[in-house]
Amino acid sequence: MGVTAGESSAQEAMLDVRVWHGAEHGEFRHYQVPRRDSQTVLDVVTYIQRHLDPALSYRFACRVGMCGSCAMTVNGVARWTCRSHVDQVTADGRLEIAPLAHLPVVRDLVTDMRPFFDKWARAKGRFQGATTRSDPVARVPPDTPERRAVDAAIECIGCGVCYAACDVVGWRPEYLGPAALNRAWTLVNDVRDVSRLERLRAVAAEGGCLSCHSHTSCSERCPKKIAPTAGISGLKRACARAALGGEL
Amino acid sequence: MIGSPAYRARHHPAYWAFLVHRLSGLVLTLFLPLHFLVLGQALRGEAALDGLLRWTDNLPLKAAETLLVTTAAAHLAGGLRLLLLEGFAWRGPRKDLAALAAGVSLAVALLFALAVF
Repeated sequence: MGVTAGESSAQEAMLDVRVWHGAEHGEFRHYQVPRRDSQTVLDVVTYIQRHLDPALSYRFACRVGMCGSCAMTVNGVARWTCRSHVDQVTADGRLEIAPLAHLPVVRDLVTDMRPFFDKWARAKGRFQGATTRSDPVARVPPDTPERRAVDAAIECIGCGVCYAACDVVGWRPEYLGPAALNRAWTLVNDVRDVSRLERLRAVAAEGGCLSCHSHTSCSERCPKKIAPTAGISGLKRACARAALGGEL
Repeated sequence: MIGSPAYRARHHPAYWAFLVHRLSGLVLTLFLPLHFLVLGQALRGEAALDGLLRWTDNLPLKAAETLLVTTAAAHLAGGLRLLLLEGFAWRGPRKDLAALAAGVSLAVALLFALAVF
């Protein structure tokens, strides 16, 4: 199905855009979208929804790379679309936009993120402290190795790009995935947390950190430049030490 | 296929390093029975082993041997890269380790070729 913007002039540079329609089964539909300066992939999708196909479903919120809701597969690569400029992702004016891989598709470009966040829970991704609000605030020196490890991994926005980029998630659906394990790594290094051993047991179980093949696709694609592979390697070492010490 | 979405999704140095490590491992596994077959000739006596080794002393087999040594070097260097990645704390994408492994493999291949030809 081809659709052309009515208001675009003949001289205007156009993008040739294919967008996924449907759920697990569907088809790519073609659109012609006017090329703009500093245009992001999210701008392109928004143009299609507002001018060419009002029924197109997609998800976004902040548009500034904070909320992690607009990730899609762009020309085969999982990306956050709000901060992916068109000239960064295509040289020939062609775009293919699909939903994130490895997640159920609700409709068009919208994926069901429940399996992704359920795995954060399975990896014991919730902070468990031992103090109350009446206790003094914990003092964590910023230059300790633990705090530095947390700093390197804490800025995750939960966009799911790493999860979609990971081959192991595709091969083994029970695998926790890079984001959940990265979250577990930040908590393993949180000196205030008291459920370290329980968390190590969770990530050392079947489908945990030991399933990672260190492809580093997650680290390559993470829009926040986090390296989940580094955290997963840290979890492997922590699990090995706990096992040698008879704790696991 | 080059240019396909599946190719673009995996087109980065660390994934190529993974593929080289996996495929070189498969090649070495397939070669292993042949290796034992040659060594097994020694059980029949010195003459049998020497005869087979003399048979391998020609250009195509020397070239194949060079490729095999390169494969072994790539697998060893790739394995050391993985041990470094998983054994020590690090940050960033560490593409330098993949480049180093490729460089070591190439150097071994060249040294072996210089010694053989």
